[in-house]
Amino acid sequence: MNTPNPSPSHSRLNVRFFLAAAVSSLVAVGALVLLMNIFERKQEAKNPFFRVVELTDETTDPAVWGKNFPMQYDDYRRTVDMVRTRHGGSDALPRTPTQADPRSIVSQSKIEEDTRLKRMWAGYAFAADFREERGHAYMLEDQAYTERQRVAKQPGACLNCHASMYTAYRKVGDGDPFAGFAKLCAMPYAEAAKHVEHPISCIDCHDPATMALRVSRPAFIEGMRNLKASQGVKDYDVNRDATRQEMRSFVCGQCHVEYYFKGSEKRLTYPWHNGLKVEQIAAYYDNAGFKDWTHADTGAPALKAQHPEFEMWNQGIHARSGVACADCHMPYKREGAHKISSHHVRSPLLDINRSCQTCHKWPEQELRARVETIQDRTYKLRNVAMDALMELIDDLKAAKAAGAGDEQLKAAREAQRHAQFYLDFVEAENSTGFHAPDESARILGESIDFSRRGQNSLRRLPAFTPATAAPAVQ
Amino acid sequence: MFLTHPPLMTPSVISGTVLGGLIGLALGVCGYTFIYARGYSYLSNDPQACANCHAMNDQYSGWLKSSHHSVATCNDCHTPHNLVGKYATKAENGFWHSFYFTTGWYPENIQAREKSRRITEDACRRCHADIAEDVRTMHPAADDLSCIQCHGHVGHMK
Repeated sequence: MNTPNPSPSHSRLNVRFFLAAAVSSLVAVGALVLLMNIFERKQEAKNPFFRVVELTDETTDPAVWGKNFPMQYDDYRRTVDMVRTRHGGSDALPRTPTQADPRSIVSQSKIEEDTRLKRMWAGYAFAADFREERGHAYMLEDQAYTERQRVAKQPGACLNCHASMYTAYRKVGDGDPFAGFAKLCAMPYAEAAKHVEHPISCIDCHDPATMALRVSRPAFIEGMRNLKASQGVKDYDVNRDATRQEMRSFVCGQCHVEYYFKGSEKRLTYPWHNGLKVEQIAAYYDNAGFKDWTHADTGAPALKAQHPEFEMWNQGIHARSGVACADCHMPYKREGAHKISSHHVRSPLLDINRSCQTCHKWPEQELRARVETIQDRTYKLRNVAMDALMELIDDLKAAKAAGAGDEQLKAAREAQRHAQFYLDFVEAENSTGFHAPDESARILGESIDFSRRGQNSLRRLPAFTPATAAPAVQ
Repeated sequence: MFLTHPPLMTPSVISGTVLGGLIGLALGVCGYTFIYARGYSYLSNDPQACANCHAMNDQYSGWLKSSHHSVATCNDCHTPHNLVGKYATKAENGFWHSFYFTTGWYPENIQAREKSRRITEDACRRCHADIAEDVRTMHPAADDLSCIQCHGHVGHMK
């Protein structure tokens, strides 16, 4: 029998066959891919936690914690990122490493960006080196290599907020963290630094047995006890009495606060005995007769405010509404089926959807514009206050040069002390006013008032020629 | 004699069998995927179905504790109140939800589309017709007002 030649209709049938076969196999492949994806998503929802290592109260190394909590650890490591926002964040600038300072990348210098800061801090270590803050990952090395270490003798107290201290307190204090704290504060920086290895680590905020938040810094425990006592609450223990939501701010408030080193033992102290507002803190320093340094140009007993984020946030609407630091700076996120808080601590402006839009259902651009408007206004007023302070310093210098005595300069020096503490309270605060916009404006307004009152007190002196001409009235 | 019978293994019989097998396989895999993914549950009115994927866990637990928990399910507020509209919306949202959940191309705090917002707004005004009518009468420009602008949390936080 002869095989018939394939007819045209037969070959059309073949083409249809192959098409149908190809389509159905593609459908099968597609369905399998989807099936696998659904399977993976269902697996994600299981086994939230594998304990692969035992964590104890002595586990300082975050990499060990990271074995049990890889997602949080992954985020934590990302604090090396250097990203700018309009008013905050840091630029990664290259530098040539030296023997004394092996850093090959640093952030921009704030005292070079605004040289008025050098005059405000004349005679103080901050006039030598002050850079934009970088992420948590850099806290220890940036402190070890800052120029401030070389121009002034720094105490071990500085380490309280630049290293993982939980185990160091206990080791140095033979089991008693408060004793260890006192000893470490009083040591020279280099000696105290031998007791620490890591920047802030898991153990500084978490209980290794339960992962619950806990406060590890004695200065904060004492600070809160003093603050609560001023409000009529006796014997407040932050680890016993705070709510979980409060702890989500308090662990940050252990360091992001105004502080000073009390007495010759350099005990780190948070000046909250009267309250958290700038005038209450200034009053505490006035009563204690404390000054950070004597201003080199004017002889004023000056104060330096340092990153009072916790205090400023407390005056704002977010604190009032029960929104914690972690709600915006460590927003909840989803990894697979797990809800975790982001441990990539950073500006909420870099993650507006998770940080702001959880509560504020407006478009991202609008929210950003609102924040930047607040910050632009604050920055403008900060510049006005800075100029006013410069003019007071000019006048004080001129009066001093003209031979005015301490008694005659006293009022103006006091005014300078307050003017620059108030100004610095906003300048050093890392939100450019956002944490409490109206409070920031009030503080800057009062700073300007202090500067102008100081100038006026000098104008009453006999034979005084103002350094700056009075501005023309328009 | 054997020549009168068609041969058992002609090319068309083989190809027909292969094609049938392939189509059957595709149907089988699709069918199983549908069952495994609990696809049938989306035809129901059970709010638990909306939380099949963990993307809606927060909304689901929010609804469990909300003021509307005892009077409205997901579908009452998120689909139109007519049969065709309801299933058309379910189909459309179902497709896009599956698409975005599979690809992962969606923001962490999910955002409602304008169309979904309107459906919800209509649902508020339907059940609360009396008060919605009063608001409209008192404020002639009331169509600019949105119930969920102020009452966005009644169904669930977030």
